[in-house]
Amino acid sequence: MVIVNAIKGLYEIIRAMLVTLKYFFTKPLTVQYPKQKINLYPRFRGRHELQRREDGLELCVGCGLCAAICPARAIYVEAAENTEEKRYSATERYAVLYEINYTRCIFCGFCEEACPTGALKLGNEFALTRKTRPELVMGKETLLVPATPHAIILED
Amino acid sequence: MNWIDTLLIPVIKAIVIVLGLLVGFAYMTLAERKLCARFQLRYGPNQAGPFGVFQPIADALKAIFKEEVIPGHVDKWIYVLCPILAMVPALVAFGVVPIGRPFTIAGHPITLQMADLNVGLLYPMAVAGLGAYGIVLGGWSSNNNYSLLGALRATAQIISYELPMGLALISLVVVTGTLKMSGIVEYQAALPLIVLQPVGFLIYFICGLAETNRSPFDFPETENELISGYNTEYGGIKFALFFMAEYINMIVVSTLVVTLFLGGWQGPILPGWMWFFIKTVFMLFVFVWIRASLPRARYDKLMKFCWKFMTPLALVNVLVTAAVVLILR
Repeated sequence: MVIVNAIKGLYEIIRAMLVTLKYFFTKPLTVQYPKQKINLYPRFRGRHELQRREDGLELCVGCGLCAAICPARAIYVEAAENTEEKRYSATERYAVLYEINYTRCIFCGFCEEACPTGALKLGNEFALTRKTRPELVMGKETLLVPATPHAIILED
Repeated sequence: MNWIDTLLIPVIKAIVIVLGLLVGFAYMTLAERKLCARFQLRYGPNQAGPFGVFQPIADALKAIFKEEVIPGHVDKWIYVLCPILAMVPALVAFGVVPIGRPFTIAGHPITLQMADLNVGLLYPMAVAGLGAYGIVLGGWSSNNNYSLLGALRATAQIISYELPMGLALISLVVVTGTLKMSGIVEYQAALPLIVLQPVGFLIYFICGLAETNRSPFDFPETENELISGYNTEYGGIKFALFFMAEYINMIVVSTLVVTLFLGGWQGPILPGWMWFFIKTVFMLFVFVWIRASLPRARYDKLMKFCWKFMTPLALVNVLVTAAVVLILR
């Protein structure tokens, strides 16, 4: 009986080792990240991007709904009036100060849903590591997408 | 001219063997990490140099330059001595393994073997027994419950498994009729002993796994029960020495399996040392393969397996071998 069990056990061990050997000859699944990247899902929620209109004007109107809905209180918006000389957005008001604190943001995407003009979109960037905390509070200079070359950019 | 034969050649051989074993150890760690990784569908270390070939050097530098910490509660002398006690027998045990065909340079006969003892077969067993002291005293002097438990396990395990190992070797001696390593290798010129002694081979190999504390018998260092067992309190180069001892033991056991059961350096076409190297590398691969495949057993089962299965089986094997040899004679 012992001998039969031993032979059975040996057979099972050999079978198990053949399974691992099969995987030895399979290509590794590892993605060598900085060199090699995989595609993100289309609805991946990464760092925010403030969109522009086709003519280069900012879509954000400074309403502050994103800041109001933000469960992590990561967004701070300060609005100001557009003037005829200095026009940033198509409507009356624009966001003069728009800051997102990435030490707080939980990437829930509520701000994107709340935005009435479709200005706020969550983009694809996920490598949000910085050396200091202040660097993680990002303002318009980072979040606002650069205007396309044909767009009219108004001076400050 | 006599001093060349008695002094110079042995010294050169000793240096070459020690350096070879140390380099073998360094690349064994890398090979094990890479092979284990491949078994788990990973790549393993591949950043330091092409395919990670400089990884052992980086590891060694790191171990050497780490701060030398000796915890306050340890028995200082023994604590420092133990890594050396573990390391030296591992290196010394290789002394009787024949690496290749003997040859002559300018009238000086050179055997590719440190010493061809008349009791060559007993020597590695005796030295491997000494290696247990390093582990046992290391665990004892660490003054730590986990280390002590690891050490106790190591003692029980190594002593228990030496018994079936010795019995497997007895059946081998019954077949070959010699204790000399060179004689055993000569005997296998036509047929490796694994064909004549398959049970002996299995017993010896399993005991080899247990003696070198390799998975699935790595009880002295079970990390889920004992943190790291006997080497919990060790760090830096002292830990590296324990590690080195384990890996060199592994290499030595592989070479012994090759010499005793797989025909040593005997083989067609290729030169002897190359056959020896290929066979050893294959055995080391099997060691890693087993580690990547099999889970660790339970400690009481390990003991039960040794005393209630391996030892009787080895005894029966000796008996059957002796009977067959007697009938054929």
